[in-house]
Amino acid sequence: MSKTTIVVGLDGSEAGARALDFAKRQAKVIGECSIAICYVIEWSPYSFQTKEENEQRHKRREEELALAHERVMDPAVSQAKEEGFDVVAIVRHGDAADILDSVAKKHDAAQIVVGRVGVRGLKERVFGGVTGRLAAAASVPVTIIP
Amino acid sequence: MAIGLPSLAHAQEAVSFDQRVNDIFAGSTGWFVNLIFMNLPGTNFPWIVLWLVVAASIFTIYFGFIQIKAFGHAISLVKGDYSDPEDAGEVSHFQALTTALSGTVGLGNIAGVAVAVGIGGPGATFWMIVAGLLGMASKFTECTLGVKYRNEYPDGTVSGGPMYYMTKGFKERSLPGGRVLAIIFAIFTIGGALGGGNMFQANQAHAQITQITGDFSGLITGVVFAVVVFAVIVGGIKSIASVTEKVVPFMGILYVLAALIILIVNADQIGWAFGQIFAGAFTGLGVAGGFVGALIQGFKRAAFSNEAGVGSAAIAHAAVKTKEPVTEGVVSLLEPFIDTVVICTMTALVITISGVLVMDPATGQFVLNEAGTAIKTVDGSSGVALTSAAFATGFSWFPYLLAIAVILFAFSTMISWSYYGLKAWTYLFGEGKTTELVFKLIFCFFIIVGAAAQLGAVIDFSDAMIFAMAVVNITALYFLMPIVKREMNSYFARLKSGEIIKHNH
Repeated sequence: MSKTTIVVGLDGSEAGARALDFAKRQAKVIGECSIAICYVIEWSPYSFQTKEENEQRHKRREEELALAHERVMDPAVSQAKEEGFDVVAIVRHGDAADILDSVAKKHDAAQIVVGRVGVRGLKERVFGGVTGRLAAAASVPVTIIP
Repeated sequence: MAIGLPSLAHAQEAVSFDQRVNDIFAGSTGWFVNLIFMNLPGTNFPWIVLWLVVAASIFTIYFGFIQIKAFGHAISLVKGDYSDPEDAGEVSHFQALTTALSGTVGLGNIAGVAVAVGIGGPGATFWMIVAGLLGMASKFTECTLGVKYRNEYPDGTVSGGPMYYMTKGFKERSLPGGRVLAIIFAIFTIGGALGGGNMFQANQAHAQITQITGDFSGLITGVVFAVVVFAVIVGGIKSIASVTEKVVPFMGILYVLAALIILIVNADQIGWAFGQIFAGAFTGLGVAGGFVGALIQGFKRAAFSNEAGVGSAAIAHAAVKTKEPVTEGVVSLLEPFIDTVVICTMTALVITISGVLVMDPATGQFVLNEAGTAIKTVDGSSGVALTSAAFATGFSWFPYLLAIAVILFAFSTMISWSYYGLKAWTYLFGEGKTTELVFKLIFCFFIIVGAAAQLGAVIDFSDAMIFAMAVVNITALYFLMPIVKREMNSYFARLKSGEIIKHNH
């Protein structure tokens, strides 16, 4: 029997940490389970940029990836590994809801676990938050941790 | 009265300053302008226009009508259909295209079209569209090369453009003279940056502001613009630049929407306007220079507006992250289409329909002005003021919106060209804070010159420098086009065989 995978969305916040804790508890219950910890750097290919920003983009991207690993992913992953969990770390650029769903599809995940926080304000009212959009459109069950 | 006197004296002093600047400017640049726009012997057809048209036509045929063949694929690429999700987070095709467009969509689409239609009549629009469609092939060629031969530095930043493909491409083909061409190109780019990318913008922005506020010295507009541009390019206040670069695409959309509304309201006249465009294209009756005048104006303005063959866009497109240089060439061919075929045609249609060009009701022909150099307009305006007057027939408040659009367009074009100019400058004099500062200061000084000088001298000089860039760039493109063809054939073969796949479904 193949392993079950749980995808966890991490964003460096308290709620993200709670989501990871929940995923760990679930993984223990399931037994044969791996956790795909996913951090998404919000980025749109349709934003407008200056020439300098374009010129520097590759450099910035490397810096963003390094920071994400250093501040959020590496501590979470190494702690989970120490606790004996089977973990994969994924850092991507793009739209958080889309990326989490595509990672879940790729790993044939049983569920996505995310914390209940997001960008508040007009943007979220108009376009919906990450959790809202995931709940509405994800191809696997979504657990939202308060 | 006592209060009025000093300001009157000041105004006179300012006018004479403008005149002085203009005289010195025209006097010192006239020979260059004459050389670039010299007519072919026995005709009144400038050789440079033929140069651009022939090049664009050769590229069109050599690459098998790439502008038609790859148009659909260009849209797929911009949508991100072929972007590898693993590569996400880099500069997308959409970003490279909009960045390049924010440099080209600007006053050329507003003032340039008005100049073309004002002199060459609506028929100039037809030739502008033809030039735009042909120019797509030139842009494909230069942008493919721009990406292929860009420099990628150890810190991850990228730099590209004709200077790089001239040096590296010529070396690859074991051809001599690549470095010499690159140096000449860089010199003209600096001239183009100071001319079309700077003085023309400042000049037309001033014309638009005075249209709203009444006449005042161009010196004032120049100084204000120079201070703001100085703050961005020297002071490092990137936020201003990044806001403008983001606002400009929206202004472009707003401009097209306003034009569309005017056209919809006057829908019954669109057929007539197109009739004028087609009839004028081949007869040129009642316009300055007749048929050839319409053709020359159309081609000149199209080249000035979309910069195809000039080489500037290759600098902007070079930053895109793709494994396939051809993809960016394909995307870049949308640029002359959006800039010239869509936006310029909109402006030309609005000008034609609005009735700001004086027509003799008896003969149905346009009436020339007293000097016989252009079509007489209702209020005697030309350039951006003519476009403003044309749009004002639809919306009385439009000149205010246009003034804001023009200032933003002018500003963003100046920032873009300061970047192109700087790239050329550092190519010549090396990277370094001091050398960069020197160029930036010169650039800001020329803003003041541009705003203060009169339209004729500025337009001639800016045209000349930008066309001079095209002379060098196209020469290099001829030598390097087999490389582009090899890349193109390989790419489309792999696309057809399914080796290159769509990532988005």
